[in-house]
Amino acid sequence: MIRSFLEWLGNTPWSIALVESYYMWPWVESTHVLSLALFVGTAIMMDLRLVGLAFQGVPASSFIDRLLPWTRIGFVIMVVTGLFLFYSSPLRYYHNLFFRIKCMMLMIAGLNIWLFHSRILTSIDTWDDAGTPPRAARIAGIVSIVMWTGVVFSGRLIAYNWFDCDIQPQPTWVNSMAQCPVDEVAP
Amino acid sequence: MPPEGWIVFFEWCEATVLGTAVRNSVYAFPLIEAVHLVALCVMGGALIMVDLRLLGLGMKDQNAGQLARLVRPWLVGAIVVMLSTGVLLFLSEAIKCFYNTSFWVKMITLPIALGFTFLVRDPRIMKGAPTLLQSRMLGSVSMALWFVVAAAGRWIGYS
Repeated sequence: MIRSFLEWLGNTPWSIALVESYYMWPWVESTHVLSLALFVGTAIMMDLRLVGLAFQGVPASSFIDRLLPWTRIGFVIMVVTGLFLFYSSPLRYYHNLFFRIKCMMLMIAGLNIWLFHSRILTSIDTWDDAGTPPRAARIAGIVSIVMWTGVVFSGRLIAYNWFDCDIQPQPTWVNSMAQCPVDEVAP
Repeated sequence: MPPEGWIVFFEWCEATVLGTAVRNSVYAFPLIEAVHLVALCVMGGALIMVDLRLLGLGMKDQNAGQLARLVRPWLVGAIVVMLSTGVLLFLSEAIKCFYNTSFWVKMITLPIALGFTFLVRDPRIMKGAPTLLQSRMLGSVSMALWFVVAAAGRWIGYS
């Protein structure tokens, strides 16, 4: 069901045009990579403040109020360009192990953001000026740094076909994690 | 394009132990590249927050010089990681780089950007509040320079 949809998606004229284009794909991909500096870069600056590793003299709310809007702009660019990249070869990414790891980390990062905003940020008035924020905020900062680092790492590795389904034999755990349709690709 | 004779140096680079080791490993180049990217995030974030402030955006309630001072260890740390991973990547494919226009664009703008950040922008804003015009100039020149460095860097892989 998902596979047949993605197969159809990858065969739409625009998807083929995008993956075969000489300049368009690199432009979209470069925008995706350069926006990392804005998105993950500013997010990590805020995380460092939350963990208490940097900017101890700057109120935490200053990051939330002033820097976070820029992080969000970066995020929108990442998502839009990322969707275009996915659209260029949907089926390949769907079965790509690193893409799957990246998606899992994205979900954990998203959950972490939701918990931070709904549980921890509500009490910011009590720790806004604290050089070392409360434990929950520090944990949220660490989870964020680890997840976004992992997202960048696995995102970069999507480009490599080490574990792609059409390269067999692969270890069983790879084929099952990537849900490779082994019957179809087996020689 | 650089003088043709320089190729001898690039051939030597590519033949170094480190260059050969990275080139002969399936996993080394991609993993070093990924570290290079993570460091890009930290470096980019550290630069952007100060540059935005200089442009009158972002963390407006903070003093630009103070921000630059606080972020300095992270900026320097990230640049050290960028340079060391960058050298490893370069050594593994030095000859390709020699014929790559993007590589040369990056090699020319990188020292300019580094010099601008550490010899012009930071000393100026740490000394005391810059005028509005100076502030806007410092922020936009810094962003433009680093943008070219990063964009040319990404483009090395495409050309």
